[in-house]
Amino acid sequence: MTVKIVIGLDGTDTGERALAFAKDLASKIDACELLAIYVIEWSPFTFQTPEENEQRHKRREEEIALAMARIVEPAVAALQEAGFKASGLVRHGDVAETLNKLTVENGGSQIIVGRASSDGFAKRIFGSSTQNLVMHADVPVTVVG
Amino acid sequence: MKNISKFWLTSTVAAMASSPLAAQEAMGIDEKVNQVFANLTGPFVGLIFAPFPGTSFPWIVMWLVVAATIFTLYFGFVQFRFFKHAIQLVKGDYSDPNDAGEVSHFQALATALSGTVGLGNIAGVAVAVGIGGPGATFWMILAGLLGMASKFTECTLGVKYRNEYPDGSVSGGPMYYISKGFKELGLPGGKFLAVLFSIFCILGALGGGNMFQANQAHAQISGIVGDYPGWITGIIFAGAVFAVIVGGIKSIANVTEKVVPFMGILYVGAALIILIVNYDMIGWAFGQIFTGAFTGLGVAGGFVGALIQGFKRAAFSNEAGVGSAAIAHSAVRTKEPITEGFVSLLEPLIDTVVICTMTALVIVISQQLIVDPTTGNYLLTEAGNAISTVDGNTGVSLTSAAFGSSISWFPYVLAIAVVLFAFSTMISWSYYGLKSWTYLFGEGKTSELTFKIIFCIFIVIGAAASLGPVIDFSDAAIFAMAVVNIFCLYFLMKVVKKELFSYTSRLKSGEIKKFTH
Repeated sequence: MTVKIVIGLDGTDTGERALAFAKDLASKIDACELLAIYVIEWSPFTFQTPEENEQRHKRREEEIALAMARIVEPAVAALQEAGFKASGLVRHGDVAETLNKLTVENGGSQIIVGRASSDGFAKRIFGSSTQNLVMHADVPVTVVG
Repeated sequence: MKNISKFWLTSTVAAMASSPLAAQEAMGIDEKVNQVFANLTGPFVGLIFAPFPGTSFPWIVMWLVVAATIFTLYFGFVQFRFFKHAIQLVKGDYSDPNDAGEVSHFQALATALSGTVGLGNIAGVAVAVGIGGPGATFWMILAGLLGMASKFTECTLGVKYRNEYPDGSVSGGPMYYISKGFKELGLPGGKFLAVLFSIFCILGALGGGNMFQANQAHAQISGIVGDYPGWITGIIFAGAVFAVIVGGIKSIANVTEKVVPFMGILYVGAALIILIVNYDMIGWAFGQIFTGAFTGLGVAGGFVGALIQGFKRAAFSNEAGVGSAAIAHSAVRTKEPITEGFVSLLEPLIDTVVICTMTALVIVISQQLIVDPTTGNYLLTEAGNAISTVDGNTGVSLTSAAFGSSISWFPYVLAIAVVLFAFSTMISWSYYGLKSWTYLFGEGKTSELTFKIIFCIFIVIGAAASLGPVIDFSDAAIFAMAVVNIFCLYFLMKVVKKELFSYTSRLKSGEIKKFTH
């Protein structure tokens, strides 16, 4: 049976470390598939001007293309080069919630993410995406420091 | 940003440095602007507000209410039947997760609301209650409830017939649904009516969406810092609006969009506190509202006067049937146009039934309207066309005094809220006006810039003119939009009915499912 491991990318060094750890782990499993996901932080409950709304579809396409080209595709290419079966996804939404949902939808058995890359006032109050993921995920989560 | 701060500073210093003589001259400018403006707009205003022969009842008020009633009946009280479904849609229960990142129902509603919630809710209600008495509130609520069906009709059509361009951007609104819808149904004159609507929409954007806002923002600021010429406020506002819509300084618009909802919540919160503190008077206030609705309690024109004011200000505040909201709502991402119709029906509810009623209750409870102790009726002003108020306040200053009588510092918060509401409404309406302008003259930098500059000039005129002519022109322009829009909605409502039938049967059969449980 193929084991599917999900890697949560965030475009920073910690994401890179998560990627390296996933590679290491996958090399120890016989049939393993890797899924690299980048979630663009977005909420349907924000306030926007009419002009922003008018342009939103275009912006969304641009955001997805940019995340694909800069973060996901290089990661997937690196994994494939190393001989792994790998694919990538970009989605808008709440990071923790979306990562968990996509993992479940795609039959992932565990999630590997980097430790929160920065800490600030908001994170002290609401917790980081990583903390939220660890607390609410439906599958085991490995946090790479 | 630097240039703007410099500009603000120079204007303020100029205002402070002006001697009494200069102020007198400036007042002269205000008066001249006022007179020229009143003369120019008089005939248009007269036509829109012409009464039915032999009565004092303006035909336009009847036009709006009859339409809202017809839509309510035609769609089988859609505003009540689908209320719960509308809430579910706003919550995102039916949103496809694959569309995450697109304009959500909530965002489309919030954007449309920021264009309507504003001075209509603060100043407009004070005008209604100040002229029509507390009874006007009753008719305002009724108009708000009925108006939900008008909004539902126009916003469904707005999404259904919008233009989607290859780059994914969208343009929608009455001008598009009138021309495309009429063509689809094989009806003549669609293009002509769409052009007519666009002309009125441009006037509406310059009137209610601009001059009235600038005018009342000036009234509020001068009420706090002391009287000074209106054109100064006008120039400052025009500068800020110019920076956003021409200079593309998004940060100002972004800050406003984020602060305005907070201000709205603060406003309703303050009103609620005043009502809770005076809970023993709420029953009496509702008594005044109901009695006044049918007897007028001595207001000019009796109960008809109350009714006209209530209906007029409700329409001005929630814009149901006017068509403006259809422009804002058409940006939503949905495969089902009717879902945006359901969401939009919440707009008059929040705007009129909740926020306007709060304002009215605070004004009535704070006893700013002077009652004749012998008759129990309201005392009229010398001119006999409005109720006497404590200190002779009207419009936004009446609301301010009402809130101030319970929470002494609230007028300062209200002043900030008024300025921000005025600003966000101007930004929204500059967009509505621009969409109509580009519909008429085509898209292009020069064409768009021309409109934006005209828009900014009107801010100065609006702040300088006095309330009477500005409010008349604003109402007339916005109601003129409703004349064309509603006329066309009567022909297009069967399209909405078809959509409604198809959607409800698929909802019942389970074909349309919730994505979250």
